[in-house]
Amino acid sequence: MTIGDNQTPMMNGAYLGSGDLPQRPPPVMSRGAIAWVRENLFSSIPNTIMTLLGIWILWQIVPPTLDFLIFDAVWDGTGRDACLESVRKAPVGACWAFAKVRLGYFFYGQYPIDERWRVDTVWVMGAIGVIWLLWPRVPYKNWGSLYFFLIFPVIAFFLLVGTPTFGLQKVPTNLWGGVLVTLVLSTVGIVFSLPLGVLLALGRRSQLPLIRLFAVIFIEFVRGVPLITVLFMANVMLPLFLPDGWRPDSLLRVLVGIALFAAAYMAEVVRGGLQAIGRGQYEGAQSLGLGYWQMMVLIILPQALKIVIPNIVNTFIGLFKDTTLVSIVGIFDFLKTIEASFVDPRWATPVTRATGYAFAAIFYFIFCWGMSQYSQWMERKLATGHKR
Amino acid sequence: MTTNLANEGATRVSPLYDPKVRGIAYQVLLGLFILFLIYEATTNAIENLKAAKIASGFGFWTVEAGFDINQKLIEFSSTGGSTYGQAFWVGLLNTLLVAAIGIVFATVFGFIVGIARLSHNWIIAKLSMVYVEVIRNTPLLLQLLFWYNAVLKPLPDPRNSVSLFGMFFLNNRGVVMPNPIPGPHFNWTWYATMLAIVLWIALSYIARKRQAETGKRFPANIIGFALFIILPLIAFLAAGSPLGFEYPKQSRFNLTGGMQIYPEFVALLLGLSFYTAAFIAENVRAGILAVSKGQSEAAHALGLSNGQTLRLIVVPQAMRVIIPPLTSQYLNLTKNSSLAVAIGYPDLVQVFTGTVLNQTGQAVEVIAITMLVYLSISLTTSLLMNIYNRRMALVER
Repeated sequence: MTIGDNQTPMMNGAYLGSGDLPQRPPPVMSRGAIAWVRENLFSSIPNTIMTLLGIWILWQIVPPTLDFLIFDAVWDGTGRDACLESVRKAPVGACWAFAKVRLGYFFYGQYPIDERWRVDTVWVMGAIGVIWLLWPRVPYKNWGSLYFFLIFPVIAFFLLVGTPTFGLQKVPTNLWGGVLVTLVLSTVGIVFSLPLGVLLALGRRSQLPLIRLFAVIFIEFVRGVPLITVLFMANVMLPLFLPDGWRPDSLLRVLVGIALFAAAYMAEVVRGGLQAIGRGQYEGAQSLGLGYWQMMVLIILPQALKIVIPNIVNTFIGLFKDTTLVSIVGIFDFLKTIEASFVDPRWATPVTRATGYAFAAIFYFIFCWGMSQYSQWMERKLATGHKR
Repeated sequence: MTTNLANEGATRVSPLYDPKVRGIAYQVLLGLFILFLIYEATTNAIENLKAAKIASGFGFWTVEAGFDINQKLIEFSSTGGSTYGQAFWVGLLNTLLVAAIGIVFATVFGFIVGIARLSHNWIIAKLSMVYVEVIRNTPLLLQLLFWYNAVLKPLPDPRNSVSLFGMFFLNNRGVVMPNPIPGPHFNWTWYATMLAIVLWIALSYIARKRQAETGKRFPANIIGFALFIILPLIAFLAAGSPLGFEYPKQSRFNLTGGMQIYPEFVALLLGLSFYTAAFIAENVRAGILAVSKGQSEAAHALGLSNGQTLRLIVVPQAMRVIIPPLTSQYLNLTKNSSLAVAIGYPDLVQVFTGTVLNQTGQAVEVIAITMLVYLSISLTTSLLMNIYNRRMALVER
């Protein structure tokens, strides 16, 4: 149809505009902050309700938490008066002064103050080992493992326990406490459970029926019971099974329990890695004439362990959190030193408990979250080879 | 020449390097080592027990226990002549009680959080992420102590209880709520509920069979759920609403009547549920992400609506990924309930491995029984899980 066709009613003017149309509004913004908010927070009515609900929850949680942890917190003080609302005449949040005064106890327990440099030395040595092993850029990983799994534990043992021949005074383990015990438990846990776990995993995949049976029974048994019963067993039953003269130190008993417990979980992690290695690798190694241990140590395990590094770190996070359970059998780990500080009448205030728990939560969160971030980073780094 | 060499090689292998001989030698060595350990441990244990004048055996099972337990599902009292054996059952039932309720709470909350983490709503997604990270990266024991000592203990004493609708009272001795008292013929409601469940199962079976044969769908679950609500309701009303409540009354110093829920139970339940929910949320998220985008795109292309896509395509495939780790979380929750001992909830470990062990000194027997209980729970669950996995495993070409 063309304009000016007489047959159409167009000439009547019915379809002809007599003026300019009003300008249309600009299109809805599709970029920028406001567009983002509209898209992500208020795209529909249910979404808007969810957003409002979320804001309400945040409003309920964030300001009181910040008030407690920072704005109303007491940072300095020498006694309970500093953290009492009736004395300060102001709302009192966390009593960080309490944590500050007790910091030495939280970190070293009752380790003699003059000997604490030994603990500090061990921490620095341990940190060097951890960085050496976990930071991919640092070279000579073999020497790193030798250092962390053999040299460091031996030196740490002599430093912490004390050797009178070197002029280091003996410090009995019942004086150890706090972060020191937590780190000793988790480090010994990982140092012993990883090799033990590898052996158990190899045993579970072994061709020899008796060895396989033993590995399966051990792994399934330990994974089937709670850690606390293993700790009770180590604490109460182990002394019964040993000859009369042997009375192992209570920290040692718990260490054995934790290492065996972690080994079973580690074994399952390593088994996952072993299963991920293709048959060709085994066959290739065998066709080159390598024996069982050569094949495992030189070909299979390096690949298998590399795949499961993230899972090993996750198991370690679990182990680190589980070390808190030793407080139930009377070992003074970090959590227990905090619990024990609450009975101090000089710091008896309504906020002391909450302060202690907040301090512990922050400590554990930093450690565990840091490790989980590391394992995720490692996972991304290792995944590059397989993903397009 | 070559055959000769091969023959020579075969005969010349020294027994020292023969894998078969070596294998047998390793096993014999391991066997002997374990036998030696067992022998040493037993002889030492017998000697030590003799020295400590503890009679081994399970005779203590029927000995009268001289202590009380505040929360009990079966009759137990120190004055009524209850035995250590009965204490075991009280503890076991309390463990199962907190585990069962905790599993329900953790599942519901975990699914909500897991789905919320995948929400397009930025605030909701971040909020659930923070929740998961904070809970997963702090020890459960710390959380339990927090709930028990920092949340429930500072509540007002019974005299100044916080009251909800005048029916629920919250104080530092726990929660007091109306005590339901079933009247005559209340059992009919239970029978009706069971009947409804049987009908629901039968209905979904028939519906599935019909769909396989004719392709027609039948809303079995909706009707089944309706039956589940309506049948017990009819039975309840027909019997003349036989359910009364005993309300707690506030007197001057204390609360009387009603059903008392102890703070230890509440703290353990809250701690376990919130802790496990964070792990379940991660499983749920992983399960949903494991269903490839192509699946829902294909479903949309076939003309299914959003809801249908979710219900018929995404959820069934996600569940296949979610359920195995979900059961292991349930097991973890059950095993973690043993942390009850830290806050004094009378579970199996607290009552049996704690009090009974301390009173009788029968360390070996008591710990062996406790471990056996947890072990049989774990092994039964993994057995069921294996059967389920075999049924649900993807049948590939």
